[in-house]
Amino acid sequence: MLHARPANRQLWKRSSAAPHRARRESEACPRRNADAALDRDAGAASSSPVVAAFKVFQQELDTKHDKHERLVKISRDVTIESKRTIFLLHRVTSVPNAEDILKEAEVKLDAVRQKIGQIAEELRGEDLFQFHRAFTPGIQEYVEAVSFLHYIRHRGLISLEEINARLVFSTAEKVDPEGTAEEPQTAGPALTFQVTPSDYLLGVADLTGELMRMCISSVGNGDIDTPFQLSQFLRQIHDGFSYIGNTGPYEVSKKLHTLRQSLGKVEDACYALRVRGSEIPKHMLADVFSSRTALPDPEEGVV
Amino acid sequence: ALHQKEIRKVVQTLEQAAREILTVLQSVHQPSGFKEIPSKCAKARELFCTVRTQLGELKTKFPVEQYYRFHEHWRFVLQRLAFLAAFVVYLETETLVVREEVAKILGIQVVREKGFHLDVEDYLAGVLIMASELSRLAVNSVTAGDYTRPLRISNFINELDSGFRLLNLKNDPLRKRYDGLKYDVKKIEEVVYDLSIRGLAKDAGDK
Repeated sequence: MLHARPANRQLWKRSSAAPHRARRESEACPRRNADAALDRDAGAASSSPVVAAFKVFQQELDTKHDKHERLVKISRDVTIESKRTIFLLHRVTSVPNAEDILKEAEVKLDAVRQKIGQIAEELRGEDLFQFHRAFTPGIQEYVEAVSFLHYIRHRGLISLEEINARLVFSTAEKVDPEGTAEEPQTAGPALTFQVTPSDYLLGVADLTGELMRMCISSVGNGDIDTPFQLSQFLRQIHDGFSYIGNTGPYEVSKKLHTLRQSLGKVEDACYALRVRGSEIPKHMLADVFSSRTALPDPEEGVV
Repeated sequence: ALHQKEIRKVVQTLEQAAREILTVLQSVHQPSGFKEIPSKCAKARELFCTVRTQLGELKTKFPVEQYYRFHEHWRFVLQRLAFLAAFVVYLETETLVVREEVAKILGIQVVREKGFHLDVEDYLAGVLIMASELSRLAVNSVTAGDYTRPLRISNFINELDSGFRLLNLKNDPLRKRYDGLKYDVKKIEEVVYDLSIRGLAKDAGDK
Protein backbone atom coordinates (compact mmCIF):
# COMPACT_ATOMS: atom_id res chain seq x y z
CA MET A 1 0.00 0.00 0.00
CA LEU A 2 1.28 3.43 -0.81
CA HIS A 3 1.15 6.39 1.57
CA ALA A 4 0.54 9.94 0.44
CA ARG A 5 3.03 12.42 1.75
CA PRO A 6 2.63 16.19 1.78
CA ALA A 7 5.76 16.63 -0.29
CA ASN A 8 4.32 19.41 -2.41
CA ARG A 9 3.20 21.44 0.60
CA GLN A 10 6.69 21.39 2.05
CA LEU A 11 8.16 22.62 -1.19
CA TRP A 12 5.69 25.47 -1.34
CA LYS A 13 6.46 26.54 2.24
CA ARG A 14 10.21 26.54 1.67
CA SER A 15 10.16 28.68 -1.42
CA SER A 16 7.74 31.28 0.00
CA ALA A 17 9.75 31.69 3.21
CA ALA A 18 12.82 33.30 1.63
CA PRO A 19 12.06 34.66 -1.79
CA HIS A 20 14.78 37.33 -1.72
CA ARG A 21 17.56 34.98 -0.83
CA ALA A 22 16.46 32.54 -3.47
CA ARG A 23 16.57 35.26 -6.13
CA ARG A 24 20.01 36.48 -5.10
CA GLU A 25 21.36 32.96 -5.08
CA SER A 26 19.97 32.18 -8.48
CA GLU A 27 21.55 35.32 -9.96
CA ALA A 28 24.92 34.51 -8.42
CA CYS A 29 25.14 30.84 -9.29
CA PRO A 30 22.29 29.62 -11.44
CA ARG A 31 23.73 26.16 -11.93
CA ARG A 32 24.01 25.43 -8.23
CA ASN A 33 20.46 26.52 -7.68
CA ALA A 34 19.20 24.34 -10.54
CA ASP A 35 21.09 21.36 -9.13
CA ALA A 36 19.68 22.08 -5.69
CA ALA A 37 16.19 22.12 -7.18
CA LEU A 38 16.86 18.81 -8.91
CA ASP A 39 18.13 17.31 -5.66
CA ARG A 40 15.09 18.49 -3.81
CA ASP A 41 12.77 16.96 -6.40
CA ALA A 42 14.78 13.77 -6.54
CA GLY A 43 14.76 13.55 -2.77
CA ALA A 44 11.04 14.03 -2.57
CA ALA A 45 10.48 11.68 -5.49
CA SER A 46 12.67 8.83 -4.34
CA SER A 47 11.14 8.80 -0.88
CA SER A 48 7.67 8.16 -2.27
CA PRO A 49 6.47 4.66 -3.11
CA VAL A 50 3.81 6.12 -5.38
CA VAL A 51 6.43 7.79 -7.52
CA ALA A 52 8.61 4.69 -7.41
CA ALA A 53 5.68 2.68 -8.76
CA PHE A 54 5.18 5.19 -11.54
CA LYS A 55 8.83 4.92 -12.54
CA VAL A 56 8.14 1.26 -13.19
CA PHE A 57 5.05 2.16 -15.23
CA GLN A 58 7.15 4.64 -17.17
CA GLN A 59 9.59 1.93 -18.14
CA GLU A 60 6.85 -0.48 -19.10
CA LEU A 61 5.07 2.05 -21.25
CA ASP A 62 8.31 3.27 -22.85
CA THR A 63 9.28 -0.28 -23.74
CA LYS A 64 5.91 -0.93 -25.33
CA HIS A 65 5.89 2.36 -27.26
CA ASP A 66 9.46 1.80 -28.47
CA LYS A 67 8.54 -1.60 -29.83
CA HIS A 68 5.48 -0.13 -31.49
CA GLU A 69 7.64 2.53 -33.14
CA ARG A 70 10.18 -0.01 -34.38
CA LEU A 71 7.37 -2.02 -35.91
CA VAL A 72 5.91 1.09 -37.56
CA LYS A 73 9.29 1.84 -39.13
CA ILE A 74 9.72 -1.67 -40.49
CA SER A 75 6.13 -1.65 -41.71
CA ARG A 76 6.81 1.58 -43.64
CA ASP A 77 9.78 -0.01 -45.35
CA VAL A 78 7.61 -2.99 -46.24
CA THR A 79 4.95 -0.68 -47.68
CA ILE A 80 7.44 1.28 -49.80
CA GLU A 81 9.17 -1.78 -51.25
CA SER A 82 5.85 -3.53 -51.91
CA LYS A 83 4.48 -0.48 -53.69
CA ARG A 84 7.64 -0.26 -55.84
CA THR A 85 7.20 -3.90 -56.71
CA ILE A 86 3.64 -3.21 -57.82
CA PHE A 87 4.77 -0.30 -60.03
CA LEU A 88 7.40 -2.60 -61.50
CA LEU A 89 4.82 -5.30 -62.21
CA HIS A 90 2.58 -2.87 -64.07
CA ARG A 91 5.34 -2.59 -66.67
CA VAL A 92 4.83 -6.21 -67.84
CA THR A 93 2.11 -5.10 -70.23
CA SER A 94 4.30 -2.61 -72.04
CA VAL A 95 7.55 -4.53 -72.26
CA PRO A 96 8.47 -7.39 -74.62
CA ASN A 97 10.24 -9.55 -72.03
CA ALA A 98 7.91 -9.93 -69.09
CA GLU A 99 10.01 -12.64 -67.48
CA ASP A 100 12.82 -10.22 -66.54
CA ILE A 101 10.36 -8.03 -64.72
CA LEU A 102 8.84 -10.99 -62.93
CA LYS A 103 12.26 -12.15 -61.79
CA GLU A 104 13.18 -8.69 -60.57
CA ALA A 105 9.87 -8.48 -58.73
CA GLU A 106 10.59 -11.81 -57.07
CA VAL A 107 13.92 -10.50 -55.83
CA LYS A 108 12.29 -7.39 -54.44
CA LEU A 109 9.66 -9.43 -52.64
CA ASP A 110 12.36 -11.62 -51.13
CA ALA A 111 13.82 -8.45 -49.60
CA VAL A 112 10.36 -7.55 -48.31
CA ARG A 113 10.07 -10.98 -46.75
CA GLN A 114 13.33 -10.37 -44.91
CA LYS A 115 11.79 -7.23 -43.47
CA ILE A 116 8.73 -9.19 -42.42
CA GLY A 117 11.17 -11.51 -40.71
CA GLN A 118 12.29 -8.55 -38.64
CA ILE A 119 8.66 -7.93 -37.70
CA ALA A 120 8.38 -11.56 -36.66
CA GLU A 121 11.50 -11.17 -34.54
CA GLU A 122 10.06 -8.11 -32.76
CA LEU A 123 6.84 -10.00 -32.12
CA ARG A 124 8.58 -13.05 -30.68
CA GLY A 125 6.89 -13.84 -27.39
CA GLU A 126 4.42 -10.98 -27.78
CA ASP A 127 0.70 -10.95 -28.36
CA LEU A 128 0.74 -9.88 -31.99
CA PHE A 129 -2.68 -8.27 -31.71
CA GLN A 130 -1.29 -5.78 -29.25
CA PHE A 131 0.91 -4.35 -32.03
CA HIS A 132 -1.27 -5.18 -35.00
CA ARG A 133 -2.04 -1.56 -35.80
CA ALA A 134 1.67 -0.90 -36.21
CA PHE A 135 2.32 -3.39 -38.98
CA THR A 136 -1.03 -3.99 -40.65
CA PRO A 137 -0.55 -1.37 -43.40
CA GLY A 138 2.74 -2.92 -44.50
CA ILE A 139 1.37 -6.44 -44.43
CA GLN A 140 -1.68 -5.49 -46.49
CA GLU A 141 0.59 -3.86 -49.07
CA TYR A 142 2.75 -6.99 -49.17
CA VAL A 143 -0.30 -9.19 -49.72
CA GLU A 144 -1.31 -6.87 -52.56
CA ALA A 145 2.13 -7.11 -54.18
CA VAL A 146 2.60 -10.85 -53.84
CA SER A 147 -0.91 -11.65 -55.04
CA PHE A 148 -0.39 -9.33 -58.03
CA LEU A 149 2.75 -11.20 -59.02
CA HIS A 150 0.95 -14.48 -58.52
CA TYR A 151 -1.92 -13.42 -60.76
CA ILE A 152 0.39 -12.32 -63.56
CA ARG A 153 2.17 -15.68 -63.50
CA HIS A 154 -0.72 -18.01 -62.81
CA ARG A 155 -3.89 -16.11 -63.61
CA GLY A 156 -5.31 -17.10 -60.24
CA LEU A 157 -5.63 -15.87 -56.68
CA ILE A 158 -2.88 -16.80 -54.26
CA SER A 159 -4.22 -18.40 -51.10
CA LEU A 160 -3.51 -17.28 -47.55
CA GLU A 161 -1.77 -20.59 -46.90
CA GLU A 162 0.56 -20.08 -49.84
CA ILE A 163 1.43 -16.61 -48.59
CA ASN A 164 2.13 -17.80 -45.07
CA ALA A 165 4.17 -20.76 -46.31
CA ARG A 166 6.75 -18.31 -47.61
CA LEU A 167 6.90 -16.39 -44.35
CA VAL A 168 8.87 -18.96 -42.43
CA PHE A 169 12.21 -17.71 -41.20
CA SER A 170 14.62 -20.36 -40.05
CA THR A 171 16.69 -19.49 -37.00
CA ALA A 172 19.47 -21.80 -38.19
CA GLU A 173 21.41 -18.91 -39.71
CA LYS A 174 22.44 -17.59 -36.30
CA VAL A 175 26.21 -17.91 -36.07
CA ASP A 176 27.60 -19.57 -32.97
CA PRO A 177 29.65 -16.84 -31.22
CA GLU A 178 31.97 -19.45 -29.77
CA GLY A 179 33.26 -20.56 -33.12
CA THR A 180 32.17 -21.51 -36.59
CA ALA A 181 28.95 -23.44 -36.86
CA GLU A 182 29.69 -26.69 -38.63
CA GLU A 183 26.10 -27.64 -39.11
CA PRO A 184 23.11 -25.32 -39.23
CA GLN A 185 21.71 -25.32 -35.74
CA THR A 186 17.96 -25.28 -35.54
CA ALA A 187 17.61 -23.30 -32.31
CA GLY A 188 14.09 -24.29 -31.45
CA PRO A 189 11.05 -23.90 -33.72
CA ALA A 190 11.42 -21.73 -36.83
CA LEU A 191 10.20 -18.15 -36.58
CA THR A 192 7.09 -17.52 -38.65
CA PHE A 193 4.88 -14.62 -39.47
CA GLN A 194 1.27 -15.48 -40.04
CA VAL A 195 -0.80 -13.02 -42.05
CA THR A 196 -4.24 -12.84 -40.50
CA PRO A 197 -7.31 -13.60 -42.62
CA SER A 198 -8.39 -9.99 -42.09
CA ASP A 199 -5.14 -8.54 -43.49
CA TYR A 200 -5.29 -11.02 -46.35
CA LEU A 201 -8.79 -9.89 -47.28
CA LEU A 202 -7.86 -6.22 -47.14
CA GLY A 203 -4.75 -6.80 -49.26
CA VAL A 204 -6.77 -8.70 -51.87
CA ALA A 205 -9.34 -5.89 -51.92
CA ASP A 206 -6.53 -3.46 -52.75
CA LEU A 207 -5.24 -5.87 -55.39
CA THR A 208 -8.44 -5.41 -57.35
CA GLY A 209 -7.60 -1.73 -57.86
CA GLU A 210 -4.26 -2.67 -59.38
CA LEU A 211 -5.88 -5.30 -61.57
CA MET A 212 -8.31 -2.68 -62.86
CA ARG A 213 -5.37 -0.45 -63.78
CA MET A 214 -3.68 -3.35 -65.46
CA CYS A 215 -6.82 -4.05 -67.44
CA ILE A 216 -7.08 -0.52 -68.75
CA SER A 217 -3.42 -0.28 -69.63
CA SER A 218 -3.40 -3.68 -71.34
CA VAL A 219 -6.18 -2.55 -73.63
CA GLY A 220 -4.15 0.53 -74.46
CA ASN A 221 -1.36 -1.79 -75.51
CA GLY A 222 -3.57 -3.66 -77.89
CA ASP A 223 -4.03 -6.69 -75.65
CA ILE A 224 -7.66 -7.65 -76.06
CA ASP A 225 -7.59 -10.96 -74.17
CA THR A 226 -6.43 -9.81 -70.75
CA PRO A 227 -9.41 -7.52 -70.11
CA PHE A 228 -11.89 -10.37 -70.44
CA GLN A 229 -9.84 -12.67 -68.20
CA LEU A 230 -9.49 -9.92 -65.64
CA SER A 231 -13.16 -9.10 -65.77
CA GLN A 232 -14.06 -12.67 -64.92
CA PHE A 233 -11.45 -12.86 -62.17
CA LEU A 234 -12.48 -9.57 -60.63
CA ARG A 235 -16.10 -10.57 -60.71
CA GLN A 236 -15.29 -13.72 -58.74
CA ILE A 237 -13.42 -11.72 -56.14
CA HIS A 238 -16.21 -9.18 -55.99
CA ASP A 239 -18.82 -11.88 -55.52
CA GLY A 240 -16.74 -13.34 -52.71
CA PHE A 241 -16.56 -10.01 -50.95
CA SER A 242 -20.28 -9.41 -51.47
CA TYR A 243 -20.94 -12.67 -49.73
CA ILE A 244 -18.92 -11.54 -46.73
CA GLY A 245 -20.72 -8.20 -46.81
CA ASN A 246 -20.30 -6.40 -43.53
CA THR A 247 -19.71 -9.46 -41.41
CA GLY A 248 -15.98 -9.08 -41.93
CA PRO A 249 -13.61 -6.45 -40.58
CA TYR A 250 -15.15 -3.03 -40.91
CA GLU A 251 -12.60 -1.73 -43.43
CA VAL A 252 -13.92 -4.30 -45.89
CA SER A 253 -17.15 -2.36 -46.40
CA LYS A 254 -15.23 0.69 -47.60
CA LYS A 255 -13.04 -1.38 -49.88
CA LEU A 256 -16.05 -3.23 -51.23
CA HIS A 257 -17.36 0.08 -52.49
CA THR A 258 -14.08 0.82 -54.30
CA LEU A 259 -14.07 -2.73 -55.63
CA ARG A 260 -17.48 -2.25 -57.19
CA GLN A 261 -16.19 0.83 -58.98
CA SER A 262 -13.12 -1.03 -60.24
CA LEU A 263 -15.27 -3.88 -61.45
CA GLY A 264 -17.55 -1.36 -63.17
CA LYS A 265 -14.62 0.16 -65.06
CA VAL A 266 -13.38 -3.22 -66.16
CA GLU A 267 -16.82 -4.34 -67.28
CA ASP A 268 -17.25 -1.10 -69.23
CA ALA A 269 -13.89 -1.71 -70.89
CA CYS A 270 -14.97 -5.20 -71.93
CA TYR A 271 -18.24 -3.86 -73.25
CA ALA A 272 -16.46 -1.24 -75.33
CA LEU A 273 -14.10 -3.82 -76.72
CA ARG A 274 -16.97 -6.14 -77.58
CA VAL A 275 -19.07 -3.46 -79.24
CA ARG A 276 -16.42 -1.37 -80.89
CA GLY A 277 -13.22 -3.34 -80.67
CA SER A 278 -13.34 -4.65 -84.19
CA GLU A 279 -14.00 -1.18 -85.63
CA ILE A 280 -11.03 0.55 -84.07
CA PRO A 281 -7.43 0.02 -85.04
CA LYS A 282 -5.45 -1.34 -82.10
CA HIS A 283 -3.23 1.69 -81.70
CA MET A 284 -6.25 3.86 -81.19
CA LEU A 285 -7.87 1.68 -78.56
CA ALA A 286 -5.93 3.55 -75.88
CA ASP A 287 -7.73 6.76 -76.80
CA VAL A 288 -11.13 5.12 -76.46
CA PHE A 289 -10.37 4.15 -72.91
CA SER A 290 -8.49 7.25 -71.90
CA SER A 291 -11.66 9.29 -72.43
CA ARG A 292 -13.70 6.87 -70.36
CA THR A 293 -11.25 6.67 -67.51
CA ALA A 294 -10.14 10.32 -67.62
CA LEU A 295 -12.28 11.25 -64.60
CA PRO A 296 -10.19 10.67 -61.48
CA ASP A 297 -11.89 8.45 -58.97
CA PRO A 298 -12.52 10.56 -55.86
CA GLU A 299 -12.10 7.53 -53.63
CA GLU A 300 -8.65 6.60 -54.81
CA GLY A 301 -6.68 9.75 -54.05
CA VAL A 302 -3.01 9.89 -54.76
CA VAL A 303 -1.20 6.63 -54.29
CA ALA B 1 -17.67 -13.94 -34.53
CA LEU B 2 -18.76 -16.72 -32.22
CA HIS B 3 -16.19 -15.58 -29.69
CA GLN B 4 -17.55 -12.06 -29.86
CA LYS B 5 -21.12 -13.02 -29.01
CA GLU B 6 -20.10 -15.06 -26.02
CA ILE B 7 -17.70 -12.41 -24.83
CA ARG B 8 -20.32 -9.68 -25.12
CA LYS B 9 -22.76 -11.67 -22.99
CA VAL B 10 -20.28 -12.03 -20.13
CA VAL B 11 -19.16 -8.41 -20.44
CA GLN B 12 -22.76 -7.33 -19.97
CA THR B 13 -22.96 -9.22 -16.70
CA LEU B 14 -19.70 -7.61 -15.63
CA GLU B 15 -21.08 -4.18 -16.42
CA GLN B 16 -24.12 -4.91 -14.30
CA ALA B 17 -21.93 -6.01 -11.38
CA ALA B 18 -19.82 -2.87 -11.77
CA ARG B 19 -22.93 -0.71 -11.62
CA GLU B 20 -24.00 -2.42 -8.41
CA ILE B 21 -20.64 -1.82 -6.77
CA LEU B 22 -20.72 1.80 -7.90
CA THR B 23 -24.19 2.28 -6.40
CA VAL B 24 -22.91 1.05 -3.05
CA LEU B 25 -19.84 3.28 -3.12
CA GLN B 26 -21.56 6.38 -4.51
CA SER B 27 -23.43 6.74 -1.25
CA VAL B 28 -20.28 7.91 0.51
CA HIS B 29 -20.88 11.31 -1.08
CA GLN B 30 -23.97 11.80 1.05
CA PRO B 31 -23.50 13.30 4.51
CA SER B 32 -25.03 10.24 6.12
CA GLY B 33 -22.81 7.97 4.07
CA PHE B 34 -19.58 9.15 5.65
CA LYS B 35 -20.04 7.27 8.88
CA GLU B 36 -20.92 4.11 7.02
CA ILE B 37 -17.78 3.96 4.91
CA PRO B 38 -16.39 0.76 6.46
CA SER B 39 -19.63 -1.15 5.97
CA LYS B 40 -19.96 0.08 2.41
CA CYS B 41 -16.45 -1.09 1.64
CA ALA B 42 -17.25 -4.47 3.09
CA LYS B 43 -20.40 -4.69 0.95
CA ALA B 44 -18.43 -3.69 -2.15
CA ARG B 45 -15.85 -6.37 -1.42
CA GLU B 46 -18.62 -8.93 -1.25
CA LEU B 47 -19.87 -7.84 -4.65
CA PHE B 48 -16.38 -8.29 -6.07
CA CYS B 49 -16.83 -12.02 -5.46
CA THR B 50 -19.35 -12.06 -8.27
CA VAL B 51 -16.96 -10.09 -10.45
CA ARG B 52 -14.23 -12.66 -9.87
CA THR B 53 -16.57 -15.43 -10.96
CA GLN B 54 -17.63 -13.52 -14.05
CA LEU B 55 -14.06 -12.73 -15.06
CA GLY B 56 -13.25 -16.39 -14.58
CA GLU B 57 -16.09 -17.10 -17.01
CA LEU B 58 -14.82 -14.50 -19.48
CA LYS B 59 -11.39 -16.14 -19.61
CA THR B 60 -12.91 -19.29 -21.05
CA LYS B 61 -14.58 -17.58 -24.00
CA PHE B 62 -11.47 -17.14 -26.17
CA PRO B 63 -7.97 -18.58 -26.70
CA VAL B 64 -5.73 -17.29 -23.92
CA GLU B 65 -2.99 -16.07 -26.26
CA GLN B 66 -5.41 -13.78 -28.11
CA TYR B 67 -6.12 -11.40 -25.22
CA TYR B 68 -5.43 -8.28 -27.27
CA ARG B 69 -7.50 -9.45 -30.19
CA PHE B 70 -10.64 -9.07 -28.04
CA HIS B 71 -9.32 -6.56 -25.55
CA GLU B 72 -11.56 -3.76 -26.76
CA HIS B 73 -14.64 -5.71 -25.72
CA TRP B 74 -13.85 -5.59 -22.02
CA ARG B 75 -11.46 -2.66 -21.79
CA PHE B 76 -14.16 -0.20 -20.65
CA VAL B 77 -15.62 -2.40 -17.94
CA LEU B 78 -12.19 -3.53 -16.74
CA GLN B 79 -11.13 0.09 -16.31
CA ARG B 80 -14.31 0.77 -14.31
CA LEU B 81 -13.63 -2.26 -12.13
CA ALA B 82 -10.06 -1.08 -11.59
CA PHE B 83 -11.44 2.29 -10.54
CA LEU B 84 -13.90 0.69 -8.14
CA ALA B 85 -11.18 -1.47 -6.60
CA ALA B 86 -8.92 1.56 -6.23
CA PHE B 87 -11.77 3.55 -4.69
CA VAL B 88 -12.56 0.85 -2.13
CA VAL B 89 -8.90 0.62 -1.11
CA TYR B 90 -8.68 4.39 -0.86
CA LEU B 91 -11.76 4.58 1.35
CA GLU B 92 -10.32 1.84 3.55
CA THR B 93 -6.71 3.03 3.81
CA GLU B 94 -6.35 6.42 2.05
CA THR B 95 -3.53 4.98 0.00
CA LEU B 96 -3.05 4.14 -3.66
CA VAL B 97 -3.85 0.55 -4.44
CA VAL B 98 -1.02 -1.23 -6.29
CA ARG B 99 -1.65 -3.04 -9.53
CA GLU B 100 -1.17 -6.44 -7.93
CA GLU B 101 -3.86 -5.73 -5.35
CA VAL B 102 -6.36 -4.68 -8.02
CA ALA B 103 -5.61 -7.87 -9.93
CA LYS B 104 -6.14 -9.88 -6.76
CA ILE B 105 -9.49 -8.21 -6.06
CA LEU B 106 -10.56 -9.03 -9.61
CA GLY B 107 -9.08 -12.50 -9.58
CA ILE B 108 -6.88 -11.91 -12.62
CA GLN B 109 -3.17 -11.72 -13.44
CA VAL B 110 -0.78 -8.78 -13.69
CA VAL B 111 1.59 -10.36 -16.16
CA ARG B 112 0.28 -11.14 -19.65
CA GLU B 113 2.15 -14.44 -19.95
CA LYS B 114 0.39 -15.83 -16.91
CA GLY B 115 -3.11 -15.47 -18.31
CA PHE B 116 -5.99 -12.99 -18.46
CA HIS B 117 -4.30 -9.90 -17.09
CA LEU B 118 -4.78 -6.28 -16.13
CA ASP B 119 -2.97 -4.12 -18.65
CA VAL B 120 -0.97 -1.32 -17.00
CA GLU B 121 -2.86 1.27 -19.06
CA ASP B 122 -6.22 -0.02 -17.85
CA TYR B 123 -4.96 0.13 -14.25
CA LEU B 124 -3.82 3.72 -14.80
CA ALA B 125 -7.13 4.65 -16.41
CA GLY B 126 -8.95 3.26 -13.37
CA VAL B 127 -6.72 5.34 -11.08
CA LEU B 128 -7.54 8.47 -13.07
CA ILE B 129 -11.26 7.78 -12.87
CA MET B 130 -10.79 7.51 -9.12
CA ALA B 131 -9.04 10.89 -9.06
CA SER B 132 -12.18 12.49 -10.45
CA GLU B 133 -14.27 10.70 -7.87
CA LEU B 134 -11.98 11.99 -5.12
CA SER B 135 -12.23 15.57 -6.29
CA ARG B 136 -15.98 15.20 -5.95
CA LEU B 137 -15.53 13.59 -2.54
CA ALA B 138 -13.39 16.51 -1.38
CA VAL B 139 -16.22 18.90 -2.19
CA ASN B 140 -18.84 16.74 -0.53
CA SER B 141 -16.70 16.16 2.55
CA VAL B 142 -16.78 19.87 3.26
CA THR B 143 -20.54 19.95 2.79
CA ALA B 144 -20.84 17.08 5.24
CA GLY B 145 -18.73 18.96 7.77
CA ASP B 146 -15.47 16.98 7.41
CA TYR B 147 -12.79 19.64 6.96
CA THR B 148 -9.72 17.44 7.22
CA ARG B 149 -10.44 14.88 4.55
CA PRO B 150 -10.02 17.37 1.69
CA LEU B 151 -6.47 18.13 2.82
CA ARG B 152 -5.58 14.47 2.81
CA ILE B 153 -7.19 14.03 -0.60
CA SER B 154 -5.20 17.02 -1.82
CA ASN B 155 -1.88 15.49 -0.74
CA PHE B 156 -2.83 12.22 -2.29
CA ILE B 157 -3.87 13.66 -5.64
CA ASN B 158 -0.79 15.89 -5.84
CA GLU B 159 1.43 12.90 -5.38
CA LEU B 160 -0.55 11.00 -7.97
CA ASP B 161 0.02 13.88 -10.34
CA SER B 162 3.78 13.76 -9.70
CA GLY B 163 3.69 10.11 -10.57
CA PHE B 164 1.79 10.64 -13.80
CA ARG B 165 4.22 13.35 -14.85
CA LEU B 166 6.92 10.71 -15.07
CA LEU B 167 5.10 8.90 -17.84
CA ASN B 168 5.90 9.50 -21.48
CA LEU B 169 2.42 9.22 -22.86
CA LYS B 170 1.46 9.03 -26.51
CA ASN B 171 -1.56 10.82 -27.97
CA ASP B 172 -3.88 8.02 -26.98
CA PRO B 173 -6.99 7.69 -24.78
CA LEU B 174 -4.84 7.40 -21.66
CA ARG B 175 -3.20 10.72 -22.43
CA LYS B 176 -6.59 12.34 -22.91
CA ARG B 177 -7.82 10.97 -19.63
CA TYR B 178 -4.64 12.13 -17.90
CA ASP B 179 -5.27 15.62 -19.26
CA GLY B 180 -8.37 15.65 -17.03
CA LEU B 181 -6.30 15.12 -13.90
CA LYS B 182 -5.16 18.75 -13.76
CA TYR B 183 -8.78 19.85 -13.41
CA ASP B 184 -9.21 17.46 -10.51
CA VAL B 185 -6.03 18.86 -8.93
CA LYS B 186 -7.28 22.40 -9.43
CA LYS B 187 -10.73 21.65 -7.99
CA ILE B 188 -9.24 20.11 -4.87
CA GLU B 189 -6.77 22.97 -4.44
CA GLU B 190 -9.68 25.38 -4.52
CA VAL B 191 -11.45 23.41 -1.79
CA VAL B 192 -8.29 23.45 0.33
CA TYR B 193 -7.86 27.17 -0.31
CA ASP B 194 -11.47 27.88 0.69
CA LEU B 195 -10.90 26.01 3.93
CA SER B 196 -7.54 27.62 4.72
CA ILE B 197 -8.55 31.23 4.32
CA ARG B 198 -11.53 30.68 6.57
CA GLY B 199 -9.34 29.01 9.15
CA LEU B 200 -11.40 25.86 8.87
CA ALA B 201 -8.52 23.54 8.01
CA LYS B 202 -6.10 22.30 10.61
CA ASP B 203 -2.83 20.76 9.51
CA ALA B 204 -3.81 17.25 8.50
CA GLY B 205 -0.35 15.73 9.02
CA ASP B 206 0.12 12.10 8.16
CA LYS B 207 -2.80 9.81 8.74
